[in-house]
Amino acid sequence: MSKGIALFGVGVLITLVIAIVVSQFASTQPDGLEYVAEREGFIETADDHALAESPLADYGGDSTPNLMVSGLVGVLATFGLGYLVFSLTKTGKTTARG
Amino acid sequence: MHIPDGFIGPGISAAAGLTAVGGFGLALRRAGHYLTDRLVPMAALVAAFVFAAQMINFPVLPGMSGHLLGGVLAAILVGPWAGYIVMSLVLIVQALLFADGGLSAIGLNIVNMGLMGAVGGYLIYRALFRLGGSRPSTVPRFAGVAALASLPLAAMGFVLEFAAGGTVESISIGSVFWAVLGTHILIGLGEGLITYLVIGAVMRSRSDLVYGSPTFGGLRSEELVS
Repeated sequence: MSKGIALFGVGVLITLVIAIVVSQFASTQPDGLEYVAEREGFIETADDHALAESPLADYGGDSTPNLMVSGLVGVLATFGLGYLVFSLTKTGKTTARG
Repeated sequence: MHIPDGFIGPGISAAAGLTAVGGFGLALRRAGHYLTDRLVPMAALVAAFVFAAQMINFPVLPGMSGHLLGGVLAAILVGPWAGYIVMSLVLIVQALLFADGGLSAIGLNIVNMGLMGAVGGYLIYRALFRLGGSRPSTVPRFAGVAALASLPLAAMGFVLEFAAGGTVESISIGSVFWAVLGTHILIGLGEGLITYLVIGAVMRSRSDLVYGSPTFGGLRSEELVS
């Protein structure tokens, strides 16, 4: 079990480093779908996102602190939501083979 | 590969939304068969990891980048239906907090990345793994191959939706098909490599926590009679 906790701790650390630090070095080029949409000429059919004016829209834009906050907030939100939903999913099982 | 609002018309978007909700209900029941107390924090961590990894766009072609989808990675770690839930939660957080992926396209994106990417990709993994003799040592490499294949598979979901409900009339679906297929095979190479490395690392440290491996310590849902 301690090895499980170790794996969990390493996983949390790696996840935070990716979201907060490595994210600073991510490419800002269009992704595959945007690239195709531009070349094939249907990129203009995209509407502005309804939440485009929210503070963390597009992961905080080009600002380094905003991107770091976005990474942290996103990791906490996905972990928290995941914990909640997966807790509701399991049907009171405490052992692997019940 | 996040579809924004506007690419796909309301009919197909709504149909995908209903499919995504139905899939979520099914996924909750199926994942409930095997998720234990011990696996809950791990499954939540997989969701957070997929979110983090999706922030990292890597260069693929001049003027084009790609990022990990993570569907096959999640499905092999926590099972295909928990993987579907992981992808759904990541896409919901991205759309609601970061304006990444259209609100009206959440269903489309869940169908493509959760259903096609995670569940479909897992079926490819399982078929390849069994053909290859089901040896634990082969888990990472078949995970990598299935992850590569899952990118064009998920992208084909987009092409189908675009063909059925695209909002542009004067466009060649064939041309979009080949462009989407080609670019996503290239991104899939990155997907396969990252999935191979991450699954390999987890297999070396705790192979009993890898759902897609015969060494998994819990119960797999396909082994259940219900």
